[in-house]
Amino acid sequence: MLKTRIIPCLDVKDGRVVKGINFVDLIDAGDPVEQAKFYSENGADEICFLDISASLENRETIISIVEKTAAEVFIPLTVGGGIRSINNIQNLLKAGADKVSINSAALNDPNVIKIASQYFGSQCIVVAVDVKKNNNHWTVYSHGGTKNTGIEAIQWLRKVEELGAGEILLTSMDKDGTKSGFDLEVLSLASKTLSIPVIASGGVGKIEHFYEGVIKGQANALLAASVFHFNEFSIMDVKHYLKQKNIEVRI
Amino acid sequence: MKRLITIVDYGSGNILSAKKSFSKVIEKNNLNAEVVISENPKFLKNSSHVVLPGQGAFKTCMEGLKNIPGMIEELDNFAVKRARPFFGICVGMQLLADTSSENGNHAGLGWIHGSIEKLPSVDLKMPHMGWNTIKNVGSKSKIIFRETDYYFVHSYYFNCKKRENVVTETYYGINFPSIVNKENIYGLQFHPEKSSDQGLEIIKNFICL
Repeated sequence: MLKTRIIPCLDVKDGRVVKGINFVDLIDAGDPVEQAKFYSENGADEICFLDISASLENRETIISIVEKTAAEVFIPLTVGGGIRSINNIQNLLKAGADKVSINSAALNDPNVIKIASQYFGSQCIVVAVDVKKNNNHWTVYSHGGTKNTGIEAIQWLRKVEELGAGEILLTSMDKDGTKSGFDLEVLSLASKTLSIPVIASGGVGKIEHFYEGVIKGQANALLAASVFHFNEFSIMDVKHYLKQKNIEVRI
Repeated sequence: MKRLITIVDYGSGNILSAKKSFSKVIEKNNLNAEVVISENPKFLKNSSHVVLPGQGAFKTCMEGLKNIPGMIEELDNFAVKRARPFFGICVGMQLLADTSSENGNHAGLGWIHGSIEKLPSVDLKMPHMGWNTIKNVGSKSKIIFRETDYYFVHSYYFNCKKRENVVTETYYGINFPSIVNKENIYGLQFHPEKSSDQGLEIIKNFICL
């Protein structure tokens, strides 16, 4: 059976992890490579780096981090944040990333998805979609959830799949940071609409939320950050819980 | 004697991570081996092991091989005539088949008989992406594969003509061959280089062939 994936997400700023694990005796707790290695050894099915560097110059640092991580971590690595061009994508994949996650760049020019998936293969193109509920329907936001694009979410998801995305990373901006659980409504709607896998993101606070994300949200993978970093529970805790509830996970 | 493992570079996908996984295995187990990436078919002559990776579409990969003068011939010399240890990974495994029906009908290397076909998608997400279990189905191979989870990403599968070439199967809507083998030639549908310790274990066993 195919397993439900659990993916920890690490925010990387100017080459350092911010909001990372703060409970283990890592030699250097701000080192993304160390943190990725820790998660990989402790049950993560994939690793996600989100580059939140503000300047273009500092974003270059992610390349060397990806190179170092790929030499130490042997599970899939997705890198997102600040990707503007096909050239950016190529550099990240060359450095050892397995997938890239694009968001605003796809909204600016949807053809980026088509070109990138034809050139590099759909399997390495994840499209991140940030949504917010307005008057009973979901709208796509860009630039880290700050800009309303006015685009209807389900329509956008359909288009993204058509253009060749291999996977969707769906984040509910209403739920992100609230610890009240995933937005199950938009999640299941997206999952039913699409034939490509959907990664749920935004809102995890309790271990039960993972279960709901799979059962009610029909997500194929679940992404979380702070609950893991602050050791509210571990990835293995989540996996044991899911397994007990008859959801297939890799243990 | 020092083993020389060559990963064939024919313009397909991220082969650096494959190289890194081999380097890690060599370093960790203190093996007398070296791994290189090469697009030069002549390089295969001096290699003890060859790895054919592959990502993306079958047709593009096959064309990539054809575009390097002498590559298919040298691969054939290495793996078929000289019967040296050979690994095909993902699309690199699918290229071993006779034909593929991915976007048309295309000829493969034909080393292991069978055809590449689309996975039936009845209510299942495509691609088949993530960790899934392999099960030994009785065919003997020199490498023993541990029945656990490995990382898959694909929408097409190797429909093997001869049962004796199927080492393991994996279930996703149907049971499909996840490892095929014919003597020295191995094809893995999943990515051992992305499959954590159990993946590295397979790489080690391959290097030690």
